[in-house]
Amino acid sequence: MGILIDRSTTILVQGITGREASFFTRESLDYGARVVAGVTPGKGGQEVYGIPVYDCVKNALGNHRIDASVVSVPPFAVRDAALEAIENGIPLLVVMTERVPRRDVASLLHFARENGARVIGPNSLGLISPGESKLGAVGGNVENTLRTFTQGPVGVMSRSGGMTSEFANLLGQEGLGQSTCVSIGGDPMIGSTFQDLFPLFEEDGQTRAVALFCEPGGIMEEEFARFYAARIDPKPVVAFIAGRFADQMPGTRFGHAAVIVEGDRGSTRKKRELMQKAGIRVADRLSDVPKMIKGLLNHGHVH
Amino acid sequence: MRLYEFESKQLLARSGIRVPRSRLISSASSNFPSEDLLPGIVKVQTLTGKRALRGGVQAVDDVGAVGDFAERFLKQGFGDEPVDRILLEERIGFTEEYFLGITYDNRARKPLLLFSRHGGANIEETARSSPELVKTQLLPPDGEVRSYQAIEWLSEWGFSGKLLLRLAGLVRKMARLFHRYDALLLEFNPLAGTDAQDLVVLDCHLDIDDDALKRQALEFEGLSSRMEGARQPTEFEQKAREIDQLDYRGVAGRMIEFDGNLGLLIGGGGASLTAFDAVRNSGGSPANYCEIGGNPTVRKVQELTKLLVSRPGVDKLAVIMNVVSNTRSDLVARGVIKGMVEAGKDPSRTIAVFRLPGAGEEECRKILDYYGVPFCGREVSIDEAAALAVARAGNPADQLV
Repeated sequence: MGILIDRSTTILVQGITGREASFFTRESLDYGARVVAGVTPGKGGQEVYGIPVYDCVKNALGNHRIDASVVSVPPFAVRDAALEAIENGIPLLVVMTERVPRRDVASLLHFARENGARVIGPNSLGLISPGESKLGAVGGNVENTLRTFTQGPVGVMSRSGGMTSEFANLLGQEGLGQSTCVSIGGDPMIGSTFQDLFPLFEEDGQTRAVALFCEPGGIMEEEFARFYAARIDPKPVVAFIAGRFADQMPGTRFGHAAVIVEGDRGSTRKKRELMQKAGIRVADRLSDVPKMIKGLLNHGHVH
Repeated sequence: MRLYEFESKQLLARSGIRVPRSRLISSASSNFPSEDLLPGIVKVQTLTGKRALRGGVQAVDDVGAVGDFAERFLKQGFGDEPVDRILLEERIGFTEEYFLGITYDNRARKPLLLFSRHGGANIEETARSSPELVKTQLLPPDGEVRSYQAIEWLSEWGFSGKLLLRLAGLVRKMARLFHRYDALLLEFNPLAGTDAQDLVVLDCHLDIDDDALKRQALEFEGLSSRMEGARQPTEFEQKAREIDQLDYRGVAGRMIEFDGNLGLLIGGGGASLTAFDAVRNSGGSPANYCEIGGNPTVRKVQELTKLLVSRPGVDKLAVIMNVVSNTRSDLVARGVIKGMVEAGKDPSRTIAVFRLPGAGEEECRKILDYYGVPFCGREVSIDEAAALAVARAGNPADQLV
């Protein structure tokens, strides 16, 4: 079944007439995702691959039921587009745009929280429940998506868009399919972190283990470790942390305030240590992940 | 993007926040009138931290001392950083040194206010050893702190009377300024409290969100070319950056130079980190780190390849990416081959590994075949590709013999 979406999910694409957005709209349709409408202000009445374009979300809702919106508009327009979707009651947003100013991200996530909407991203490549549906550009064209993503018991969350596919491919090569793969977004401030989505994977009957792709910087892994350690009998998690070499490089300093807030956390060594202490298996090499997951699935999980 | 102290203080003054009276000195030879600011403080204007501890801040009592200081640093620079300006400020007598900062709390997804009575250069140390001395408060994301909110917080932190009201007013202005200028960090440290309970910002650190610079349209000089951090890019890194700017499409130039023998053309972001670690785990010695992605043009990849393989001591190039969906592997192959040929290298001998499964891989395989380069697809993991590349690159020490 997977999390967040299934084959019945109806999808809106905000910014559908853009180059990238029209590409992934076609790819999504080819994959069987139910894109039902698009919005580009001023282009209402046009069509993109047979999908009607509206001037605003409200107009689209006049003709369609919409479960989720994929936001692919220029950076300075993201806040407004997201607020529009949320205010019109769309409960799930995937924000793909990169380089959205932090002030706008904070503002739109605040609005989402107050209105009970869930946001994936910004700077997310999208998410996919293999065999069910996908939101955004994850997987690319239909042949590539079908070859890369297969249905199965592993939930995937990745801080890197590209590694979402790589992870799924690696698992698939070893016969491990996926329930849902989420590119959570590469920015320091995002709507849904590992910690926010993990409970959904726990509730999902299809998911039996979760794989995480982690990167240096920020404190998401540290927060997740603390959260995981406090869960009672959680589903097993295997993490890979990329960028170990970055620990040895002179880091960028962000001023006193950031150091006070984040401390000396953020190094891959610290992340690894805290995650292992919390009972999360951390792979030394990316290609070790599938066999570690197999081990956990075969022997049941002991926490 | 970090602003210089004098730039930040101009924005503060415009927002009604008190800073010392000052004058900017940009030439050692000119006769600058400074009597009205003496006794004063002179400070080099740099973007690196710990300025005071490294002699970049000095008390001055007469015009001669100002001239000496200006001449020394304008000529020599400060560490590795050239100095174009010295800030001369009036000296403010104070009894209290506060710390006030705002940055984003990415977990709470809101700006976070930090306050301490123990401001000054040791604030990080204080926060580590006695965290209770640093007070924190999440701020509304629209920058509008209400008067009563600021009064509640400061009252709880032990202030009363005129000082309470003045600090509350300052916190509100500060929050608004942080929001108004798309700041990622705003710090007043120290914030001086005088005998008369006046508040004066003695030093200020303001970072503006790079992603918002376009809409901020700040009028300061040289913002676009300003580099942050202590490390200046090497000539090689600078060339890579220029290649990246050839075209807005795709990324092909985020580069860090190392001194190994194996050139790397790796991407995207997460896969670059993975591949670089994998090369080192296999005992390889990378000549560089880089990130390509977002479907770069053939030309960008071609120029970057040329740059990489033309470096003295670089024998082989490894091309490793994740399973791509947006980037086209055939276009990357075209760029790599063209770059090799232009650099006078034989692709079949110079490409240590080419692992780029995904969009365009059939066409990519054909291009590589023609030049005698084996293509690695999705069945070859990033780790395996890295190990292959290292085996083919050999150990640079062996080749010296």
